[in-house]
Amino acid sequence: MIALLSRDLALAIRAGGGFGLGLAFFLIVVVLVPFGVGPESTILSVIAPGILWVGALLACLLSLDRIFALDYEDGSLDLLATAPIPLEGVVAMKAAAHWVTTGLPLTLAAPGLGLLMNLEPAAYGWLVLSLALGTPALSMIGTFGAALTVGLKRGGLLLSLLVLPLYVPTLIFGAETVGRGADGLATTTPVLMLAGITLATLALLPFAAAAAIRINLR
Amino acid sequence: MELTVQDLACARGGVPVLEGVGFTLRGGRALLLRGPNGIGKTTLLRTLAGLQPPLAGRISAPPETMAYAAHADGLKATLTVEENLRFWARVFGTRGIDRALDEFALRDLAQRQAQNLSAGQKRRLGLARLLVTGRPIWVLDEPTVSLDTASVALFGQAVARHLRGGGAALIATHIHLGFEAEELDVTPFKAKPRALGHFDEAFA
Repeated sequence: MIALLSRDLALAIRAGGGFGLGLAFFLIVVVLVPFGVGPESTILSVIAPGILWVGALLACLLSLDRIFALDYEDGSLDLLATAPIPLEGVVAMKAAAHWVTTGLPLTLAAPGLGLLMNLEPAAYGWLVLSLALGTPALSMIGTFGAALTVGLKRGGLLLSLLVLPLYVPTLIFGAETVGRGADGLATTTPVLMLAGITLATLALLPFAAAAAIRINLR
Repeated sequence: MELTVQDLACARGGVPVLEGVGFTLRGGRALLLRGPNGIGKTTLLRTLAGLQPPLAGRISAPPETMAYAAHADGLKATLTVEENLRFWARVFGTRGIDRALDEFALRDLAQRQAQNLSAGQKRRLGLARLLVTGRPIWVLDEPTVSLDTASVALFGQAVARHLRGGGAALIATHIHLGFEAEELDVTPFKAKPRALGHFDEAFA
């Protein structure tokens, strides 16, 4: 399974692999917001948690349709399905590779972008923590969506429509954590909810996604 | 290693294509599947490899004993020949890709990216993967597509060596491969048109 993870990471870094694409998208979205909203720092710092989280979520969405589509087209997915690795493990490794190439860079870059959005100083730690806790769920839910739409022509749009509603709980509790952190309020509840959602998706969705792939390969 | 198939029926896209298929494949033997395009050879091989459930019938060997190779080679364009093979060796938990490189004459291409290979070279790399799986029964779907005569001979020798080592091979092909093999024409097993009734493909 480590072999699969390291192969996917190697593919992401090589030409055309799309590593950094999500990060660049996140950067541009967040830079565009002050242009649209205007430069008043009070307004920006109020909307900063929501914008940063929505930006991260859209950046995650960008690379989802590649998770299984490329392997499906070149036949690797058939071969992986007949390999000794359980398909659930394949799904988990695919989600992990997606997180390392998008969620992790987003989490690390977020404080810099918080500066652009005039985020309250107290909220930086909560921003990083909430993204670190929440982005694995985004990758896992996205991988499930990708498994559902694998093999469909132009499945990318359908994938977005399927996945975005499932992102809502993570978005709510993630932005709430940062917002409360900025206002100096207790953040325990949203952090626990965020962690709970992530753990539940990590525990359940590999099985659902593997079942979806098995059906789609027939 | 012995593969016995009894009264097997399989479907493609919810439509039964073959029924009543039966044969025995012993270790050291090869069986060539013959039949016109669209008769269901690919469906039969995918069913045996465990990629889709049979409608009916029994397959004695589990999918874990079979190495499946289809029309698509499953190569990653930006990885080199060696990296592609090494990945599959690690997935299948075998070590050593040297034999695979030698048997399919890929040694000189080892450091080249798969996207810079010709169609025939890609095919050879796809077939070399069979050697690193370490599985006894090869299930091959049109393995010689885009191979020249020299490469077909290389492939024939690799299969012959696999058979001598006690392995077995089930190959859907239209050409002569240059080794001793039984043949099975699947045309008589063509399924009669009928309604599927209660069969639910998704949850079978």
